[in-house]
Amino acid sequence: MAQNKIDIEQVKQVAKLARLDLTEAEISQFTTQLGAILEYVEKLNQLDTSKVEPLAHCLPINNCLRADEVKESLGTDKTVTNAPQTDGRFFLVPRILEESGGF
Amino acid sequence: MSQEILNLTCKQLRDSIAKGDVKSSDAVSAVFERIEKYDTRIGAFLSTFKTEALTQAGKVDEKIAKGQSVGALAGVPIAVKDNMCTTFGPTSCASKILENFHSPYNATVIEKLLAADAVIIGKTNLDEFAMGSSTENSGLKKTVNPWDKDRVPGGSSGGSAAAVAAQMCFAAMGSDTGGSIRQPASFCGVAGLKPTYGRVSRYGLVAYGSSLDQIGPLTKNIEDCALMLNVIAGHDEKDSTSVDETTAFLCDFLSGANKEVKDLKIAVVPQLFEGADEQVIQSIKDAIEVYKKLGAQIIEIQMPHFEYAIAAYYLIATAEASSNLARYDGVHYGHRTKNAGDYIEVYTKSRAEAFGTEVKRRIMLGTYALSSGYYDAYYLKALKVRNLIRGDFTAAFEKTDCIIMPTSPTTAFKIGEKTADPLQMYLADVYTIAANLAGIPAISIPCGFDKNNLPIGLQIIAPAFGEKKLLQIARMFESQTDFHKKNPQL
Repeated sequence: MAQNKIDIEQVKQVAKLARLDLTEAEISQFTTQLGAILEYVEKLNQLDTSKVEPLAHCLPINNCLRADEVKESLGTDKTVTNAPQTDGRFFLVPRILEESGGF
Repeated sequence: MSQEILNLTCKQLRDSIAKGDVKSSDAVSAVFERIEKYDTRIGAFLSTFKTEALTQAGKVDEKIAKGQSVGALAGVPIAVKDNMCTTFGPTSCASKILENFHSPYNATVIEKLLAADAVIIGKTNLDEFAMGSSTENSGLKKTVNPWDKDRVPGGSSGGSAAAVAAQMCFAAMGSDTGGSIRQPASFCGVAGLKPTYGRVSRYGLVAYGSSLDQIGPLTKNIEDCALMLNVIAGHDEKDSTSVDETTAFLCDFLSGANKEVKDLKIAVVPQLFEGADEQVIQSIKDAIEVYKKLGAQIIEIQMPHFEYAIAAYYLIATAEASSNLARYDGVHYGHRTKNAGDYIEVYTKSRAEAFGTEVKRRIMLGTYALSSGYYDAYYLKALKVRNLIRGDFTAAFEKTDCIIMPTSPTTAFKIGEKTADPLQMYLADVYTIAANLAGIPAISIPCGFDKNNLPIGLQIIAPAFGEKKLLQIARMFESQTDFHKKNPQL
């Protein structure tokens, strides 16, 4: 069998980038499955695309600008109402910076 | 009486309600009788709104009794896929990460349905975040095919398709990123339309692959597709990718829906008949004969890049998904882990605990395709191939009005049959994803049954913004056949 397109270390690195705390079992399973999928998508290399523009989007539109006017927004109450932790005004998260006393 | 009501189409029901012959509240009661009797087996709905629906129906009935004018879907019970934001009930995307999420706003399509006096009766099951082809990836519920309860309803709009097929609503909204309206429509024997990208606002549709996602209807027949499209189509300033009238004229899709297209040219792609089930191919060939009898000219074309669509799609869609799903961070809304040591673990553990396996797999694939060192080889390459695929369609539509092919290579497969091998599941989307990559409209309509009495779908693909003609072409076939009138024995 050909070498897998992706190894365990790469899968771990991608999981880190994707902010996913995967189990060892998931990492091993994804290594095999992503390997098979990447093997399959290799077929794109049968096509010479050196003179082809990438197509990110099918519509003939570019920027959509609107007037810079203040409009009604959702408001704080509705914005934080689905938050898992809130004090009613802010989203609460664990401390991000260490206390330095420098401020 | 209630079965008589259930047998009506949206259009028939709306007209009967508007005339005062049928009460909307009776129609709502009829579907809830049905839901209460059968949905424990089918599992189409994630949430239902009986009290609210009866109140809304009562308001419509009252308007009519007072002689006031009513909207295009007055009093008609409609189901909505649970990835469209509603201020009533949860918007879960069938994911544990959004299980308790209540949207503070309505999606534009929801606003449009309500403005047309529709009655939204419930929200339907799907593959988590619309990622899947069988609804087996739902993190919340199992949905079965009303035609055979050991089989999948298709996906990702499996709940919507099952609900229409089982007469638990008169029409349903779905979303289609790679076939998620058309394939379940095909598996459940109903009509399913994916409009042109940009035709319908995506505001409030929870994003999966933003350059591919499009909302559309699943209905009992073509006329209802036209009616629903009339209601939901149009420019929306809240969606910068929804097109305005300078790009696409809004037309009345319903008027002239029964008109036959003169000098109709239909293209078939012989290479694509390889790999599909024999009975599926036979049904498509029979459909071609129907069109020939109607005077259509059938031409054969080549689409040299079609076979690369799956590979391009699964790189582009997952890349977009990995970026779209970065918003689920355990901070702003959705599940938050109880086991976080620091803020990084709020992200990594919240996401790991609440995303299902397929969602994780696609985030991983997409992140890899976008990551430094692989971006050119995978993502950029896929975008270039996407351009080639669109070129195949552009060339084809110079010669033909539409292209027909199967919607799916098989009829509904058994539950569990493809879950072990994700690549096999992806390959089942072979016929549907090219239309998403090219941004063009496509419809699936019932065109036969296999030996197990499972529905087969005919797919018709048309040029961008060609929905009106597409619906007329589909209606020509429907007018000659009665596959769309068959209902499953529940």
